[in-house]
Amino acid sequence: MVISHALASGMGGVRTAGDLVARMQMTRNMRLDEAKEYVAGKLGVDVKELTDPVIMDEVREELNIGRVQPGAGNAKGMEAKFNIAKLLDIKINSVEKFKSKTS
Amino acid sequence: MVQTRLGDGSTIEMTEEEIKADIERGIEDAVDRAKVDPLSEDEIEKLTDIYTRPSKFVSVETGNELVLTFDEGSVKLKRLAVSIGRIPDLQIYERVFCSDTAELAHVDYSFKPVKPIVAEEQIEMEQALLSTVLPIYYGAMPNLSLYSQPDGAFPNPAELLPKGKIKEAREAYEGMMEHAIKDMVYVGSKMYEAGADGINFDTTGSAGEPDFLATLKATEKLKEKYPDISIEMGMSGEFVLGMHGDLEYDGTNLAGLYPHQQVKMAEKAGVDVFGPVVNINSSETIPWNIGRTVTMMKACAEASDIPVHANVGMGVGGVPIVETPPVDSLSRASAALAEIGKQDGL
Repeated sequence: MVISHALASGMGGVRTAGDLVARMQMTRNMRLDEAKEYVAGKLGVDVKELTDPVIMDEVREELNIGRVQPGAGNAKGMEAKFNIAKLLDIKINSVEKFKSKTS
Repeated sequence: MVQTRLGDGSTIEMTEEEIKADIERGIEDAVDRAKVDPLSEDEIEKLTDIYTRPSKFVSVETGNELVLTFDEGSVKLKRLAVSIGRIPDLQIYERVFCSDTAELAHVDYSFKPVKPIVAEEQIEMEQALLSTVLPIYYGAMPNLSLYSQPDGAFPNPAELLPKGKIKEAREAYEGMMEHAIKDMVYVGSKMYEAGADGINFDTTGSAGEPDFLATLKATEKLKEKYPDISIEMGMSGEFVLGMHGDLEYDGTNLAGLYPHQQVKMAEKAGVDVFGPVVNINSSETIPWNIGRTVTMMKACAEASDIPVHANVGMGVGGVPIVETPPVDSLSRASAALAEIGKQDGL
């Protein structure tokens, strides 16, 4: 069922920009179009490019915000979330917790 | 003839005219029950087009994709008898299923049973967050019924009501609510303190309006305690059952509310993402079911000021009530709710 939804209507998660749009809905209550426009603006891409896995993989690698198939040296997990919080100008709870335990 | 299904999943064949007529009947039913506007002629045509295409799988047009949240994700692979821990499960949701969010959950998916083991849940959440990028919710059900005898401390309203003990049943519900609110706030606090991106109150309202009110109040308390916490509220049914009969939230009687009215209560409490439900009638056709589903979901999205993620799975949201949802019905419901139902996510 998960796969069927992902193919029929999903944004594509970390393969594209779905996780980033989701974060704007969750943290700022942005409706879908507003969240897509906000994320596209921050990434420097067109809204339609947000679900293009070829373009978004390059963008995610360049911005170091986590890729679906991360290479050696690419930001992964928590490292990527530090960069996402800064890029989207939002607080990510786990990033804040990480900072409070390590600094 | 076009192949479609009944709500119970069985295959049937209908003409295009019959499919359109059933969609219109479903819309009429939604308008009659929920008192919402019908779909326009253009929207009916588009819905008919989606449900009369001969292809097995249907998808949205490029650019119309939406956000996907999944309840109880971290135990769903285990349910398929796959020998897997919850963190690898979440990583599969992120990197294989390409889901936009994921959810850590316990196999006993209610707040009450999580309470005594919440420390273990916190550790699992902390470790999951280190190795994933996507937002992770912690989810469970309010499940108010667990607070009545024989499972809980209070007399069982289901036994009191048939005996005409209305006052006693109401008092029992009020006590159950108090305990449930404490558990939801306790577990929600612990999981937020462990770093969760949000808390998902899943299957809200399953024990009627006391269950809904308890969850609204738990949301208020969590928002007061942690202003940045993100709360998702997924409902259990299209209509809030009136089990108590005299419970209000902010001056509104909660019994009998439909999705476009429920979402306004959720907003007032501080919910960030709302998950409405429209049930399946297993004896009616899928075109009839999708007609009423899209009509109620669109009304909910239009009434809302927060993102709306319709529940679209087994027995809800235009998907047959079977354990193995057929891709023909599921993909059509997914596309229809994105493109006509104006959803922000599913």
